[in-house]
Amino acid sequence: MKLLFQLIWRHNFTLFFILLEAGCIYLLVRNNRFQQASFLNATNTVVTTAMEGVNYVREYVQLRENNMALANENARLRNELTSAVYDKDSTLITVNDTNTLQQYQYITARVINNAVHHRNNFITLNKGSLQGIKPEMGVIAPNGIVGIVNHVSEHYCTVMSLLHKETNVSAMISRNGFYGSLRWEGGDPHYVYLREIDKTVPVLKGDTVVTTAFSSIFPSGVMIGRVVEAKVEPGSPFFKIKVQLSMSFSNLSHVYIVNNLLKEEQQGLEQINKPKEDEP
Amino acid sequence: MILVILRHILRFFVLMLLQVLILNNIQLGSFINPFLYVLFLLGLPIQTPRLLLLALALLTGLSADMFQNTPGMHAAACLLMVYMRPRWLKIISPREGYETDAEPSIRKFGFTWFIAYASVLVLAHHLLLFYLEVFRFSEFFDTLLRILLSSVVTLLLIILAQYIGGKPKGVQFQQ
Repeated sequence: MKLLFQLIWRHNFTLFFILLEAGCIYLLVRNNRFQQASFLNATNTVVTTAMEGVNYVREYVQLRENNMALANENARLRNELTSAVYDKDSTLITVNDTNTLQQYQYITARVINNAVHHRNNFITLNKGSLQGIKPEMGVIAPNGIVGIVNHVSEHYCTVMSLLHKETNVSAMISRNGFYGSLRWEGGDPHYVYLREIDKTVPVLKGDTVVTTAFSSIFPSGVMIGRVVEAKVEPGSPFFKIKVQLSMSFSNLSHVYIVNNLLKEEQQGLEQINKPKEDEP
Repeated sequence: MILVILRHILRFFVLMLLQVLILNNIQLGSFINPFLYVLFLLGLPIQTPRLLLLALALLTGLSADMFQNTPGMHAAACLLMVYMRPRWLKIISPREGYETDAEPSIRKFGFTWFIAYASVLVLAHHLLLFYLEVFRFSEFFDTLLRILLSSVVTLLLIILAQYIGGKPKGVQFQQ
């Protein structure tokens, strides 16, 4: 017995190393899933204070571009306003659910930390649980989708960027409505790939790719990007479509968090149809 | 003794701040992410107790992780690095051995020795770090290229820091 303890003690360095390494990998694997409470993430006070400081400088440097982007968006929103009025006057039957029941709420947020050069990128926003942010809410920018909220603290939240290997978004070709799943495969942060679209579907270069409402995270029809090329990998029944993102992730500054008010209803209903394992 | 500890604590904060405030925000193409903060672990005295090495690696790694939102990733890489450190130091030790209070640096052991010492450990750190981040083999060679380029840039920064950083004795930044 004494010999055994001596043996263990002699290799304590290796032993502690293996234990700690296993602990780290457990932490890492756990963090890759949604909705896991974890205190070691980028929403704690020390980290966010430092990031606010860096961002203060960065925002100041990009002031001109940001003003331009906001002005452009204002112009676009004004256009929509007039066209909405016109629409009401000219059409007799308007089926517009948003008039009677609001489904999506948009909460503005400022990006305080962002990266595009890792394989898995995260974004930190300055809104948190006090503003009603919850995990798995979608995040969009004026001209594209940004990602999905994964951790929330009182005043901040982190977002799994579209540029993350675990982010899968349901997307469709807006011209004909065929849908597939969209994922970033590393490398250039301006291109993502849309898969699972049947190779018999006509896909043209320049086709617009937009979101679907299947996942109940994003509203349907939010712009993602345009088709650059579509090719079929040998032996596969599906296209591999290269999509150029309409938005640049590297100068992101103001975004909207999307709160789907009917999400629980949709998911609750879909849950009923899922087969239960304990039934015969 | 107390001065040595204070100096290393100061180095920890300076390197960590450099890493998270500046290096994490600089984009050198989509391929290169240098991680200068490992210099803190590389520069610890040669006689540092092994369990203390592990504890410091865990602390350093988790601090870097918090800023990148990847709990455990940097920590795992740092642990591997300090686990290899004593063995590697033994393999490349000079003929007369090490002095009791020596710290690995270019000034003390010369350029060639230091490059041999740092390159292997930095490469080990980056290998584990980048493959943990990608976690699949389909992007094996892309990732390998990123690892090699990033390691070279990290090494260059480490060498630069060795020449800029303070004197080996006494408190830094007080000339």
